[in-house]
Amino acid sequence: MPGDTPGAPEAYARTFEGDGMATVELRFSAQPEHVRTARLVAAAVARRAGVDEAVLDEVRLAVGEACSRAVGLHRSHGITAPVSVALTEEEKAFSIEVGDSVPDPGADSVDSGAPDASEADGEGEDEMGLAVISGLVDDVEVRSGAGGGVIRMSWPTADAAVPS
Amino acid sequence: MDLSLSTRNVSGPGGDRTVVEVGGEIDVYTAPKLREQLVELVNDGSYHLVVDMEGVDFLDSTGLGVLVGGLKRVRAHEGSLRLVCNQERILKIFRITGLTKVFPIHTTVDEAVAATD
Repeated sequence: MPGDTPGAPEAYARTFEGDGMATVELRFSAQPEHVRTARLVAAAVARRAGVDEAVLDEVRLAVGEACSRAVGLHRSHGITAPVSVALTEEEKAFSIEVGDSVPDPGADSVDSGAPDASEADGEGEDEMGLAVISGLVDDVEVRSGAGGGVIRMSWPTADAAVPS
Repeated sequence: MDLSLSTRNVSGPGGDRTVVEVGGEIDVYTAPKLREQLVELVNDGSYHLVVDMEGVDFLDSTGLGVLVGGLKRVRAHEGSLRLVCNQERILKIFRITGLTKVFPIHTTVDEAVAATD
């Protein structure tokens, strides 16, 4: 229920790795076949949250891109931890955070110097994935830290468009 | 909603064309199958490809990467790779990545087969 969503979404966004209050949270082993599941779940929850039907395709694509990227990073770094997806109904928005467990190599950029990117193809796809996300989603933020990276994306919900 | 692939040969004014009909979802899981198909065609000597995407429900950047890889391979043999697509949701992905400038995109298979450079 949109009205009952617990507050402080901002605070939650910063503590994704900790005790969140996501509407739906998903963890899946870093296998390509599970990315589709994440897309389907994200689209279903977004629809319920009141994200416009016309935008659901974008949500599906963006979350798929973020999850594919996380799966690729886990696999190229030999990380067995699952990829996590938090879907949160906020007051006037719906947000998705996709978290990986690949530590920031130290620099600001998540991508530069990924040491095990064995295939040139794979690296290009990773960049293209981010390009697609930033082309699709107006509100997107890419963070990385010692515990891993997070791509946070959000979309306005119908409640935001028609306040009453 | 897995990936489906079928190929057929068609004669056009510019010579033989291989039409690859793709259906379902092209994503990080299924894209390798499409890559294998394209590689196999090029290895077998089919250098002029028409990829019919009318049956595609979903396409992500992994799929784009495979198509770009296919283009690279056929170009190495002075071939061509044309796409057939009318779906706005799919076209949008080519547009935001700038790939509409890279791929000739046609509205029908006939038009793609008839096209010559």
